[in-house]
Parts: sequence; C-alpha cells; structure tokens
Amino acid sequence: MTLELLQNYWWVLVSILGGILVFLLFVQGGQSMLLNTPDHKWNELIVSSIGRKWELTFTTLVTFGGAAFASFPLFYSTSFGGAYWLWILILFSFVLQAVSYEYRKKQGNLYGTRAYDIFLFINGFVGCILLGVAVAMFFFGGEFSVDRSNMLTQASPVISHWDNPSHGLEAIFNWRNLLLGITVFMLARILANLYLINSVNGSQKFYDWTIKSLWINTIIFLIFFLAFVVVLFTATGYTVISATPAGTEIEITPFKYWHNLISSPSIIILLVVGVANVLIGICATLFYKGYRQGIWFTGIGTFFTVVALFWLAGFCDTPFLPSISDPSSSLSIRNASSSKFTLECMSYVSLLIPFVVGYIWYVWRIIDKKKISESDI
Amino acid sequence: MEDIMTVVDWSRWQFALTAIYHWLFVPLTLGLSVIVAVMESIYLKTGEQKWLSTCKFWMTLLAINFAIGVATGIILEFEFGTNWSNYSWFVGDIFGAPLAIEGILAFFLEATFGAVMFFGWGKVSPKFHLASTWLTAIGASISALWILVANSWMQYPVGMEFDPAQMRNVMDNFWALFSGVAVNKFFHTVFSGWALSGVFVIGVSCYFLLRKSNTDFALRSIRTGGWIGLAGLLLCMYTGDGSAVEVTRTQPMKLAAMEGLYYGQHGEDLVAIGVVNPDKKWDNDEPPYLWEISLPKGLSILARHDLDAFVPGINDIINGVDYTSDGEQINTVSYEERIMRGKQAQQALRDYGMAMQKNDSVAMQKAADALRPNFPYFGYGYFSSPGEAIPPVAVTFYSFRIMVMLGSYFLLFYIVVLFLAYRKEMALRNWRWLQIIALISVPLMWVCSEAGWMVAEVGRQPWTVQNLLPTVAAISDVPASSVVITFWMFAIIFTLLLAAEVSIMIKYINKSTKTDLSNPSKK
Repeated sequence: MTLELLQNYWWVLVSILGGILVFLLFVQGGQSMLLNTPDHKWNELIVSSIGRKWELTFTTLVTFGGAAFASFPLFYSTSFGGAYWLWILILFSFVLQAVSYEYRKKQGNLYGTRAYDIFLFINGFVGCILLGVAVAMFFFGGEFSVDRSNMLTQASPVISHWDNPSHGLEAIFNWRNLLLGITVFMLARILANLYLINSVNGSQKFYDWTIKSLWINTIIFLIFFLAFVVVLFTATGYTVISATPAGTEIEITPFKYWHNLISSPSIIILLVVGVANVLIGICATLFYKGYRQGIWFTGIGTFFTVVALFWLAGFCDTPFLPSISDPSSSLSIRNASSSKFTLECMSYVSLLIPFVVGYIWYVWRIIDKKKISESDI
Repeated sequence: MEDIMTVVDWSRWQFALTAIYHWLFVPLTLGLSVIVAVMESIYLKTGEQKWLSTCKFWMTLLAINFAIGVATGIILEFEFGTNWSNYSWFVGDIFGAPLAIEGILAFFLEATFGAVMFFGWGKVSPKFHLASTWLTAIGASISALWILVANSWMQYPVGMEFDPAQMRNVMDNFWALFSGVAVNKFFHTVFSGWALSGVFVIGVSCYFLLRKSNTDFALRSIRTGGWIGLAGLLLCMYTGDGSAVEVTRTQPMKLAAMEGLYYGQHGEDLVAIGVVNPDKKWDNDEPPYLWEISLPKGLSILARHDLDAFVPGINDIINGVDYTSDGEQINTVSYEERIMRGKQAQQALRDYGMAMQKNDSVAMQKAADALRPNFPYFGYGYFSSPGEAIPPVAVTFYSFRIMVMLGSYFLLFYIVVLFLAYRKEMALRNWRWLQIIALISVPLMWVCSEAGWMVAEVGRQPWTVQNLLPTVAAISDVPASSVVITFWMFAIIFTLLLAAEVSIMIKYINKSTKTDLSNPSKK
C-alpha cells in the first residue's frame, strides 16, 4: 500500500469514529434534559436508559483521540496543545460525566443526586457544543503556525505555536464554530428523544413530553443546521497545491467546500443519504403516532452526515486544520500523518474493528431486549 | 515564550497529579476484577448462593472504583497533546500507536462487557455473564499492556529511526516495542494490582470481622483475595527483580539515584535504610548519607545478579566509567561528551534543514551523515552541565525504600493472614488487633503502589524519552498561567470525586455489615 492510500484509509477511519461518536452523543443529549423534566421520576427513567451506554460514548471519544494521535500526530500536537482551553473544557466535562452515573444515587455520595445531575447536564450541554466547535475548526481554522526548526531553539523549542493568546477560547466564541456546536447539541437532543422513545416503555405523558421536546429540538436544529450549511458552502477555504517536508503550498479558494462537494460524488451521496435519513427518522416519529424506530434512521443518517463532513474537510486536497494566521502551516492528511510503517501496522489492527463492532452490537441487543418502564424505577 | 521552566514545572505537576490520581483507582480495577471473576467462577461451579452474594458485594465496590478510574484515564491520554505537544510530534509516530490499539482492542472490551457485568444479571445467561466478567478483567489487563508498552518505550526507546526531514522519530520495528523493559513493567504493574486488591479485600473483610458481621462471608473473601493477592505479590517481586536488572542495563542513572550512590564499587552494598544528605551534589565532596544501614553486596546482586559486580554511581556514569563482571574497565560515554555530541547532532539537524530549504541534496546527505552517529545523544544537547541530567535523588531514594519495605511487610502480612484463615480461623475471627492492622494496611498498600510509580517516573527525570527528549523540549506552547489554573481545576475536581468515592464505599460497606450477605435476595 502507498503512503497516500494509508493516509486516506486512516482519515476514513477517523471519520467513521467521528460519525459513531456523534451518533452516540444521544447519551449527552439525554443528560441535557435532566434539569427540565416535569417529573423527577423521569430523570431516573432517562438515566436508567442512557446510563447503560455512556461508556460506549466515552470509549469512542478516547479511541477517537488515540486514533488521531497515532495517525495524525501533528494534528494532535498542534490542536490539543494550541487550542488548550477548548480541549481542556471538553475533557473536564467528560470527567464529570464518568462518575456521575455510578455515584448519583449512591448513599454517601456527599453532594446529593442533584449535583451529579448538574454534572451530567454540564457534560451534555458543554461537551456537545465544544465537540461541535472542535469539528468546526476543521473548516474555519485556527490561528497557529508550525515551524519544525523551533525544536532546535533552546529558549522556545515548541514546534506548534498558537498565535491567539486566548488558546482556544477564541474558537469557542467564534460564531461560525458555534453554529456547528449548537447544531451538534440539538442533534444530540433529537437523538436522545428518539432513543428514549425506542428504549423506554414509559407512560403516555412521558411519550407526549418526549414528542414535544422532539418538535422543539428539531426546529432549532434545522435553523442552525441550515445556517451552518449556508456558511460552510459559501466559505473560503484553502487548497493544498503541494505538501513536502520542506513546506506546504496553499492556494486560497472561494467556495472551497462547495467545490469539494460537487467534485466528489461519494460525498454528495453520503451527505444526501445522511441528511435524508436524519429527517426520515424525525418525521416518521413525529407524524406516525407510536412509531419507535426513528433512532435507527436518524442515527445512521447522523453517522453518514458526519462522515461526509469529515471527508469535505480532509479530502479533495483540503487541509483539515487550516491556519488563519499562517496558511502554509495548515495541516492536511499528507503533512500531518504518521509514517507509512506506523499507518501500515495500525491498519492490520484496524481489521479487528468489524469484530469489535460485532460484539458491541450483540451485547447492546441483549441489554436492550427488555425495555425500561416506569415501574422498573 | 514566557518563562519556559515555569511552564515545564507546572506541566509536570499537572501530569503527575493526574497520574497519581489515576493510579489510585487502576490497580484496584486490575486486581479486583480478577478476584470477582474467580468468585463468580466458583459460584457457577458450585451453584452456592453465598458465592453469588460475595461476588456481588465486591463487584459493587469494583463498579464504584471503575468509573473514577475511567475519568482520570481520559485526562492522561489527552494531556500528551495539551501539555506535551512537542513530545506528541517528536515521537507520536511510535507512541500514538499503542494508545490507538489500546482504544480499539481494550477499551471497547472493558466498556461493552463491563456493562454486561454490572447491569446484565438476569438479562443474560449465567455463563455469558461469567464470560463477560472475565472479559472485563482481561480487557483491563490488555489496556494496561498497551499503556505500559508505551511507557516502557519512553524509558527505553527502541524500534525507531530519526527522520531529519520531518524532525521526528519514526517507527521501523513494531515488535521491538515489546522489549524486556516492557514485559517486566507490564507484569510488575498488573501483579502489583492483584497484590493491592488482595490487601483491600482482606482489610475490608477484617472490618466485617471487627463488627462481628457476616463473618463467613469475610473469611471466604479473605481466602480468595488472599491467595490472588499473595500470588500477585510474589510475581510482582519476581518481575521487580527483572525490572532492576533492566534498569541497570538501560537507565543506570535511575538505579544510581534509587540508591543515592555517587561512586560505585565491586560488590556494592544495598542501603536498607538511611537518610540521604540534602547537601550532597554530584560535584561536591559531602557524604551521600547522613546515616545508613546497608546489606553487604546487596546492590550488586539486585542490579547484576552477581555478588562482586560493579555498580556505577552517579559520578561514575557522568564520568563514563563502568566495569565488566571480570573487572575490566569499560569506558562508556561521559556526560560532557554526550552534551557535546548532542549539540553536534542538533547543529547537524540545523544544517540539514537549511540544505533542505535550498534543495541541496549533497549538503543534506552530509548533514544526515553527521547527525546519525550523534543522534543517540540528541537530548543531551539541551543541557549545559551534566548536573542537569541527574534525577531528584532524595525522592527516588525514599520512594524505592518505601516500596520495598512495604512490599516486604505485605509478604509477611499475606502469609500470616492466609495461615490464620486456614489453620487458626478462630484467631482471625477474634484477634481485634490483627483486624485493625489489616484495616490500617489498606492505605499503606496504596502508598507502596504509588511509591513504585514515583521510582519509575521521578527516577527517569529529566527525560520524557530517555536520552532523546528532556521535559524542557517536550512541552506545549501554553502560558504557565493557563496550566496553573487547569492544575488546580483538576486537583479540586479529582479530590472532590475521590472523597465521594471513599465516602460511597465506606457507606456501602457499613450498610453491608448490617445486612445478611449469605443470601443475595436479602440484599
């Protein structure tokens, strides 16, 4: 296999992990509802249902990080070390989540159930928005420069320099990044609505409340998603003309991501199928009373849509982390990747992924066979 | 970049804080998951309900501990990027792979089958549940394998070559990652988790005996946890011996710091107990210890399995002096020369970069040729004096002694407890003083375990990657003020969560002393 093929393969794998991660954010979406349920028993219902899946989301995030580190280490070092506050806040919210499910109802938990529910809410709200912001940086970039020769400068030996002194806070408050952040958050809530409808045998009141919530979430989601799509496809981006160890040559390209889309049939198909499935799942649930399988359509649609976005960002000679302050420092899958040998070794390991997905699927089915009802709480 | 040393120091503190907290929870997960798997296996074989309730009790404690271990683990992984970004680029091609493989092979195994283990009672068949419990335990150990392979590689970097064009190391031999250092470290660490968990089980069980509650359950737990813990401790000692030999071979400076040894000799003694002289430096004539009691020839045996072997001290290593087992002098590379050659390597790399900019392939080749023989000392080029390459001696020295002394104590502890559990059961039921000692031993075991990591990690300073990348060159471009804030953020949240974990465990244990654990249906 050539290096280029391996780089493409690993970008596809990272995209797949990203897609699965966003689908699994239904856990976070459910958590974001914990502070406004009309009946506190419903909190238990929601937690019992999504609480069995939180580790999958968490594990996918960790694996996403590990895969990004292993396959595109320059991205890992530049983005994580540069947009420090963005990533630290994401991590902080996930630390809060990890213990909350186990501790919230335990005697002696010191801070009370409400405190852990607030922790879960923070993770649901902040985690989703900030992950969306992090992905938005794939399109709208960050202010950084990369100079490998810094390694030999004793006084300041860091290769990747973040040029904005806010170190990631500026990315959080960038309105274009926030468009995707809020879109991801609302999508996570929609997925949570659909997951709860599917996995909980709740009362009619619970069902009606979930449907009402789905309406509201869908309307807000559509507004932000459409705004993001317009901003994305009218945005100016970069095209990589050449990428060698000596440097990267970049050309500024108006409507870059629109051009990427129309020049790549596979991305068009992924995006159309993805968006259509998201809408089918939502509409079927909203308009066919008692329909409970919407999570699968919308979940699969989410997966395809996210994969399409990653491909828009990383393929078609596009740097997946554009630098606003020094375009030639922009990171592409060509200049940020691991070596051929490493990518090859990991590719052999990645062949086990279908097996991993298989046992997760099997176990998920077994655990979810019996739906949770209010009488179980 | 502002005050680089402040950023380095705070980044180190933050990483150390996260690692120390993470290691409070991980060894218990590693060991307790095996203990509950054994208990559940016995239940399935015998069909006795008492084993089911015993297994469920410890599984609940495992679940409480598991969550917080996961929470601290994610921070560690991402801190390589957030706080050590240069490191992530310089060796990410090698170091990243084990982390990714850990995620794919181990985390999903733990997460998926952990969910069955904790929530699957009654939802899956008993055999499938048992398999899930074992798979969770195996997943935890596989996870440890990959992270310890990565850690060992930092201590003994092999299987790679330097690519001057990209200014980074690239992997050229995947299997070299499984070096003797890695194998010893993996088994030493995992078995230390078994040893720790055994003490935890015995300590908690003795609390039941103190309260005269569920005594049969307590004895059953003591026997199961005791055997697994003792096996873990013995294997831990065996692999610890292997680790000492590997450290002597690959990180002699760490071994010298562990001993506070400045000038070595043939048949070197091992300091059993002592106080290091705080005024002693490598370049003065102060005595190394204020007082000490030594075991004759102990260090030679520990380091080289040879009564009369020479063990180099800090100054010997700095001066490049060592001897073979036959007493023949070997001239290793002195630190002055390493610093000089490190600087030559860095200059060659600069030349290579300039030649690459000019597309001058002849000059590039010349620079690469100059770089290659000096690259093994690349990291020394960041130093101006040999003293900068010496780890903190006192911390390493005391941590090593705490680990070894407590480890020896726990060997005695296990033997006594298991003897009483089988031969003098009534004594174990009634000797309150012994039960109190067992209870006090629980936190001591954590001290022992953390001390082991202190030896490994403080002893390798100032390196992130041995000989190649010192901490000062591994950092991120982050203001020190940001790292100070995040340090305290994590310090506060980890402490609050640790307090909650301990409180929940104590509450649960106390509550269980008031219920009948012989029948799970009454729980």
